[in-house]
Amino acid sequence: MKQGQQQDVIKVKVTLIPGDGIGPEISDAVKIIFAAAKAPIEWETVNVNAQTGVSDEVIASIHRNKVGLKGPLGTPIGTGHQSLNLALRKTFNLYANVRPCLSIPGFKTRYDDVNTVVIRENTEGEYSGIENMPVKGVAQSIKVITKEASARVANYAFQYALANNRQKVTCVHKANIMKQSDGLFVKTCREVSTRYPTIKYEEMVVDNNCMQLVLNPSKLDVMVLPNLYGDIVSDLCAGLIGGLGLTPSGNIGENGAAIFEAVHGTAPDIAGQGKANPTALLLSGIMMLRHLGFNEHAQRIESAILTTIAEGKATTKDLGGNSGTKDFTDAVISKL
Amino acid sequence: TYLGYTSGVDKRKVTIIPGDGIGPEITSSVMGVFQAAKVPIEWEVFDISGGQPISQELVASISRNKVALKGPLYTNILSGAQSRNMELRKALDLYAHVIPCKKIPGITVRHSDVTVDLVVIRENTQGEYSGLEQTLVPGVVQSLKIITKEASTRIAHYAFQYAKANGRKKVTCIHKANIQKMTDGLFLETCKQVAKEYPEITFDAMIIDNCCMQLVMKPEQFDVMVTPNLYGNLVTNVGAALIGGPGLAAGANVGERAAIFEMGAHHVAADIAGQDKVNPTGLLFASSMMLKHMQLNDYAEKIENAVNKVISEKKILTADMGGNASTKEFTRAVIDTIVQN
Ligand SMILES: Nc1ncnc2c1ncn2[C@@H]1O[C@H](COP(=O)(O)OP(=O)(O)OP(=O)(O)O)[C@@H](O)[C@H]1O
Ligand SMILES: Nc1ncnc2c1ncn2[C@@H]1O[C@H](COP(=O)(O)OP(=O)(O)OP(=O)(O)O)[C@@H](O)[C@H]1O
Ligand SMILES: [Mg+2]
Ligand SMILES: [Mg+2]
Repeated sequence: MKQGQQQDVIKVKVTLIPGDGIGPEISDAVKIIFAAAKAPIEWETVNVNAQTGVSDEVIASIHRNKVGLKGPLGTPIGTGHQSLNLALRKTFNLYANVRPCLSIPGFKTRYDDVNTVVIRENTEGEYSGIENMPVKGVAQSIKVITKEASARVANYAFQYALANNRQKVTCVHKANIMKQSDGLFVKTCREVSTRYPTIKYEEMVVDNNCMQLVLNPSKLDVMVLPNLYGDIVSDLCAGLIGGLGLTPSGNIGENGAAIFEAVHGTAPDIAGQGKANPTALLLSGIMMLRHLGFNEHAQRIESAILTTIAEGKATTKDLGGNSGTKDFTDAVISKL
Repeated sequence: TYLGYTSGVDKRKVTIIPGDGIGPEITSSVMGVFQAAKVPIEWEVFDISGGQPISQELVASISRNKVALKGPLYTNILSGAQSRNMELRKALDLYAHVIPCKKIPGITVRHSDVTVDLVVIRENTQGEYSGLEQTLVPGVVQSLKIITKEASTRIAHYAFQYAKANGRKKVTCIHKANIQKMTDGLFLETCKQVAKEYPEITFDAMIIDNCCMQLVMKPEQFDVMVTPNLYGNLVTNVGAALIGGPGLAAGANVGERAAIFEMGAHHVAADIAGQDKVNPTGLLFASSMMLKHMQLNDYAEKIENAVNKVISEKKILTADMGGNASTKEFTRAVIDTIVQN
């Protein structure tokens, strides 16, 4: 290959939000590995944290680039601040949160049969943020479910199933107790399912769903859930495959915007110590590469990561190893 | 202690609700075992299967007897009446749902390498189960979650008292106060305050999503857990799965005036109901919790030991435990063990 040719590859500009806590460390790992793999990505780094909030600069950048990769953002408990994650989701109408969980070959856990995808409604439900205290000592929070948002996420779930050769979509709910709100979600999923006759459709109560995942996760494929259940069930799935260090996610927006991020939080207990596992953010970056159509780069980086983990020589503490972020990063690069 | 009840004399009455789905099979298993163990109680049977309403007689019976044993009652999704399971708990103010999840020797589980011995104390009267829902405009529905300081205080005290009485070391509050700052925030704050009155018990807190992950990864870290309603429902189902499935966990709904004992993971199991396949272990353990509650400890232990013996011998087990025995065969084995000892 001629040298000139390689420089001609047009890089795609992508917004990078390193985030709080372990965010900067794992973002660095992604940048280094993607550069080593010559992924045609140009990072536009913008900072978001509890102090700055979501600035105009951040919004403009994502509007321009349409695609972003984001580290975790902290949510202060008990203060008046709205979750920053929530603010980003609302601004870009990121209505579907996609969280695949796959047992990683060679990495031993109690489960080697997990291959699930959680598709979580991301804009309403229990995360409406509408709460008040009508009298002292009595607090209420309002969960909002709309037909529109339910239809949108249900459609996405079936589209995802079709595009990724999945067999089945399970609607997860608690409509025996919340007959109207979760009921609307179920009814809407049912309606939407009739438009996708090649995909099997089933419904499951959320408590039973949690139980089935722990007993026999291979029974589940794609799941579509209201906001809170999606949050909980995806963390449970992450636990089955070895923890938050391994699970990527994508947030899909209405106008083509997509932000990819690790499912885990800021991990304040290990932040700044060079111990964090960057795999989740790396796999999120790989979802992003596929979203952009860079399938070969995605494939190459993914297999380097999976081989590194399967070998188990340079894994981080959360995976039972004793390497740090840097050693893991170097090991992945040596596989590229 | 034993309170001096002897068989035939002064029999105490216990309300029993067979329920829907697998309910009749598991309750009749318990009744058979009680008969063989000569437990000095008399059943007051209330069949409210098939969506029949909860009658005043039923509530009066439980109020009078103070104890009941119950199979699951089916609740329609989308339409129909509110959950009768909830209705009973509310009617009798059974505010604490207690679900111990402890591994049983002889049952093969994925988590064989760690200890699982946790107890979930679930707030049972409010939260997401308020039943307050409405359609604002077509296609937009809202549902209210209510958390009160009073109910939170009561359940928190129950959790710490339970911990003290049972030699437990730690209580963990499960919440989502980072998102639901007011409701779950109130629950968490209240637990924190109540914790101060129990300096001998360690207190910590965990967000519900992280909690589910921790449960499947490191269940050994949990001791007593105190939760709002919905999270408790999820956590107990995970707990049941950790010890081998829904057939194994027992539960008690406890209040100041009465207690109802039932399966820990509460499912009607329509897929296997009526086929003589179901595992009655969870309800047998629940009945043993009930007997302890009635201070009939000898009978409680007799039954518990017999169930444990049959399971640990691994010869006569239902399908969910990895065997091929029927409900009746398993029950018969428990009865034979009791009669022989
Ligand atoms: N990338 C990672 N590598 C290693 N350990 C991690 C990673 N992410 C999370 N953890 C661990 O998982 C646990 C949960 O952390 P996490 O920050 O996700 O949860 P959280 O308490 O919900 O935080 P937040 O409020 O920021 O979401 C912590 O013990 C943390 O150290
Ligand atoms: N005692 C038991 N023994 C064996 N299997 C059981 C038992 N209880 C429940 N199960 C199994 O657990 C699964 C979940 O039960 P079920 O379908 O009733 O749950 P659900 O969807 O929550 O509905 P429900 O409204 O009936 O509770 C079923 O596959 C059932 O067979
Ligand atoms: Mg989460
Ligand atoms: Mg159920």
